[in-house]
Amino acid sequence: MEKLFEIRWHGRGGQGAKTAAILFADAALGEGKYIQAFPEYGPERMGAPVQAFNRLSDEPITLHCGVDSPDVVVVLDPSLIETIDVTQGLKQNGVILINTNQEPKVMKDKLPNFGGKLWTVDASTISKQELGQEIPNTPMLGALIKATNLLNFERMLEDTHKKLTKKFKSKPEVIDGNINSIKRAYQEVKGE
Amino acid sequence: MRVAKTGNEAMAEAMRQINPDVVAAYPITPATEIVQIFSSFVADGLVNTEFIAAESEHSAMSACIGSCAAGARTMTSTSSQGLALMWEMLYIASGLRMPIVLAEVNRALSSPINIHCDHSDTMGARDSGWIQIYCENAQEAYDSLIQAVRIAEEALLPIMVSTDGFIISHGMESMEVLEDAQVKDFIGEYKPEHSLLDIDHPITIGAIDFTDYYFEHKRQTIEAMRNAKGIVAKIGQEFGEKFGRSYGFFEEYRLEDAEIAIVVLGSTAGTAKVVVDELRETGLKPGKGIKAGLLRLRLFRPFPYQELAQALSRIPRIAVMDRSDSLNSAGGPVFTEIRSALYDLDTRPKIVNYIYGLGGRNIDLAQIRSVYEDLATNKTDELVRYLGVRE
Repeated sequence: MEKLFEIRWHGRGGQGAKTAAILFADAALGEGKYIQAFPEYGPERMGAPVQAFNRLSDEPITLHCGVDSPDVVVVLDPSLIETIDVTQGLKQNGVILINTNQEPKVMKDKLPNFGGKLWTVDASTISKQELGQEIPNTPMLGALIKATNLLNFERMLEDTHKKLTKKFKSKPEVIDGNINSIKRAYQEVKGE
Repeated sequence: MRVAKTGNEAMAEAMRQINPDVVAAYPITPATEIVQIFSSFVADGLVNTEFIAAESEHSAMSACIGSCAAGARTMTSTSSQGLALMWEMLYIASGLRMPIVLAEVNRALSSPINIHCDHSDTMGARDSGWIQIYCENAQEAYDSLIQAVRIAEEALLPIMVSTDGFIISHGMESMEVLEDAQVKDFIGEYKPEHSLLDIDHPITIGAIDFTDYYFEHKRQTIEAMRNAKGIVAKIGQEFGEKFGRSYGFFEEYRLEDAEIAIVVLGSTAGTAKVVVDELRETGLKPGKGIKAGLLRLRLFRPFPYQELAQALSRIPRIAVMDRSDSLNSAGGPVFTEIRSALYDLDTRPKIVNYIYGLGGRNIDLAQIRSVYEDLATNKTDELVRYLGVRE
């Protein structure tokens, strides 16, 4: 891992971009990384474009400014690509991961200025099938690990299982649904 | 144990471990989640605290004064307009020598309406007789709040420990937490020397005090603030000996041989450290490193002017960065006090002021780099500049 790794999450208000950043940071913490997770606080409206951020490092992180040039951009809602420039500031050799049922090639055509690697996964469908509702942020964690190799997948899965077991003692179906959705996204994500 | 917490969670966790006798607070906006999180600890029976949800911050601070006078270990939390509404009672708390501990989150004051970070709220309270500690990150906020209990009770003065709104308060980061028993041992039991509920030794608190004794009592409070400096140093050191993280009045970062330096409070210092490292390595042009340094001021009240003057005396050019303005047309509050602290030096450094980040405006690496660049290239003709504002 490079000295400092920065991620920008794009979502819409209510979609769980902030939660995704927190979940990912928590998983990274479990692997002994130093982490930050923080949202961009604007007007809080359902459906409005929102951003959240992660920093990961093997060393303590002292930076406390916004993330301007991320290594990875994660897009929870593909319709955002039509309205905002999700590649803004993204590093030259950066990575984009998009929640969509489209192939990477199709999305690449929509982002002609982006030359890095683009991954897609249908996290919305996965979450609907595995969790019974559309919560794309949890499966995106699995896809993000596949796309970046930032964390050890097996260890992350084990760690998440432990945390979910603690939180949802009385609802084992929630635990299995989450774990299955992360596994599926890890397997089904495609990169080009 | 290393955990991930927001600044708010870190301060609420410290409050849980402190387990104060009384928390009186106004728990909704403009306050952050600190009190809300703490109230869930109360509801879950994790603390023995008597929790009073007051109808305003003025009432919250009034209740804190009452409970503290009764002899209870007392805490509260607020932010921004909430601290402003406490104003009248802040002075009463310090004048009555009440060791109240306040977990503060630095946010801008209206108007215009804003909820983001700057230091206007606590800087406005700088003459209210409260000890003030500004923290860089969630770790320091947690550690300082635990120390604050001891500092306040020994100095017999109220204390506010603050973090940068949103940047620290709502940002999650890695930090270490102590065991409950470690915190309990460190803060010890509170045994006030005088209290209203000590009915065998009746006292009067808050009596009228006209021309005959008012001045003497104020003089004692002034002396208490002077003494607080040594107490802050002692407890910061003891904390370090016990738990491995020492705290002083300020932190010097690569300052020893610095030729240019920034003085700044709070989370911005962390970002500035990255710039210092870069400049030391690559300079303004590749291959020519610059001796840049940083002083992060932690204790603003009492103001450690002698120690600051000594630390900054060898540095030819200094920029003080203020996240609030005094609207005095002569610079921010940190700047004017640091400048005054340097007045008695034989050779006075060139010192200028940058007002930055008002209302939460992002302060990034490029802006901080530009300040060092101004210092390095001798662009110090203007006394006060405004960083990152459209003009």
